[in-house]
Amino acid sequence: MKHTKLMKPVNGLRHSGDLFAMSLDVLRTIPRRPFQVREFVQQAWFVASVTILPTALVSIPFGAVIALQIGGLTRQLGAQSFSGAASVLAVLREASPIVTALLIAGAGGTAICADLGARKIRDEIDAMQVLGIDPIHRLVVPRVLASMVVAVLLNGLVSVVGVAGGYFFNVVLQNGTPGAYLASFTTLAQLSDLWAAEVKALVFGAIAALVASYKGLTAKGGPKGVGDAVNQSVVITFMLLFVTNFVLTAVYFQIVPQRG
Amino acid sequence: MGVEICVEGLTKSFGDQVIWQNVSLTLPAGEVSVLLGPSGTGKSVFLKSLVGLLKPEQGSIRIAGTDITKLREHDLYEVRKSFGVLFQDGALFGSMNLYDNIAFPLREHTRKSESEIRRVVLEKMEMVGLIGAEEKLPGEISGGMRKRAGLARALVLDPEIILFDEPDSGLDPVRVAYLNQLIVDLNAQIDATFLIVTHDIASARQVPDNIGLLFRRELVMFGPREKLLTSREPVVRQFLNGRMQGPIGMAEEKDAATMAREAVHFGNALQKEQPSPLDMTPRLLPGPGIDRPPRWQAIAESEARREGTRS
Repeated sequence: MKHTKLMKPVNGLRHSGDLFAMSLDVLRTIPRRPFQVREFVQQAWFVASVTILPTALVSIPFGAVIALQIGGLTRQLGAQSFSGAASVLAVLREASPIVTALLIAGAGGTAICADLGARKIRDEIDAMQVLGIDPIHRLVVPRVLASMVVAVLLNGLVSVVGVAGGYFFNVVLQNGTPGAYLASFTTLAQLSDLWAAEVKALVFGAIAALVASYKGLTAKGGPKGVGDAVNQSVVITFMLLFVTNFVLTAVYFQIVPQRG
Repeated sequence: MGVEICVEGLTKSFGDQVIWQNVSLTLPAGEVSVLLGPSGTGKSVFLKSLVGLLKPEQGSIRIAGTDITKLREHDLYEVRKSFGVLFQDGALFGSMNLYDNIAFPLREHTRKSESEIRRVVLEKMEMVGLIGAEEKLPGEISGGMRKRAGLARALVLDPEIILFDEPDSGLDPVRVAYLNQLIVDLNAQIDATFLIVTHDIASARQVPDNIGLLFRRELVMFGPREKLLTSREPVVRQFLNGRMQGPIGMAEEKDAATMAREAVHFGNALQKEQPSPLDMTPRLLPGPGIDRPPRWQAIAESEARREGTRS
């Protein structure tokens, strides 16, 4: 019976509403003093420590795949001199924010959700509220900010590692010319691409942490409930991230003039 | 000094399911009250409503004159500072040791110096008998210790109201007896208003001034201990005696057919049963080392008189 209840469209609407309401609460709570510096640093360190290595390991093959695809394509078209330009563009604009998002949601978000969910079912969150402490201020805000900061930094890491991976595959494995690859870097990509990617990463980091916190704080039904919450938080975050990515990309193309 | 809690016409439901409706009771200032009820009658929900963690659909909860169901979230946090709540499993913060757990409310809400905090924390830890366990993590100690640590944390802000969510669940009878004594001693020492939610009859008979019984989505009865212990109301008698015969069945309530069958089987013995003085369990009094305030003096005297008439 519980499951049929979950399937009700009204329920879905209510959850989106609650999630949105919590996001507004977080926004309103951010300026409130005292800022939880310790929690923020701990969380930032924690999210970074669970995401850095997987991110680097994922971005190398990701850059390589792009290099392979583009290398083959440009050779067929006789435009090898553009292979560097195209692969930088692909990595910088799309690959790095998406890889960042997947890892922030998959590694950071799940950890946040599981942590808060476990506290919720142990009544720790209720206890905190009864002790007169707002869990949004105390727990959620530092996590959201930490996840945003780490997402921005990770995005930089993915860009560097991705481009390096692409260079390696193009030059060493596909016998591309190093000079041409490097020289064409800026023919298509521009600095604003990097800024746009960083903005995307910032937004993705916020969404991942918000959804994870919401799902964690509303977990119920014992240990199984925490598992369900983590599962749902990943699915919901991924869906939201891909939609947001599309919207942000569309907006970016509208407001920033493109090269070429 | 404790404050009075006045609940009127309170109704709470989750979706279509009504948990309880039209609950009205007054918890007198400084007294110990127990709320009883079979499992799943929403006792914990009632407790969470009192601290504003859940919003009831109807009715009012007035604490020292303020209706907390009408308060905004921000003001609610202020009101909650006068509450101490002992959750079922203590609800300690898993990442902190016992000392930090108990010091937590002081560090958050007061400007006390660390040495002053230390004094208060150790005082409360001594009250609940946890001296020497300061450095332990909640995961490393037994359920009974977690409860006592949760109680110490609930006490540090000198609350005016203390709520206990099933203090006896998961404890052995000896520990339950110690905890009951601790509750009575605390009441004599700090004079706050106590509400204990439980389904342990032995505790309910010995500890409180007032007893309430939740059943079938309603508050069946609420009143002084004597009134409920000698009541002839079938639900109250069945529950307080822990028997199978009566309106309460395995699944919440019995249907008429089962009731009729039982009536034939047991005859009319139940109806004829008269309340006897034996129904009155002697009351638990504060321990010998505790200074009794006037209220407890009076209780002790009336208990002594009752002892006298019985023998």
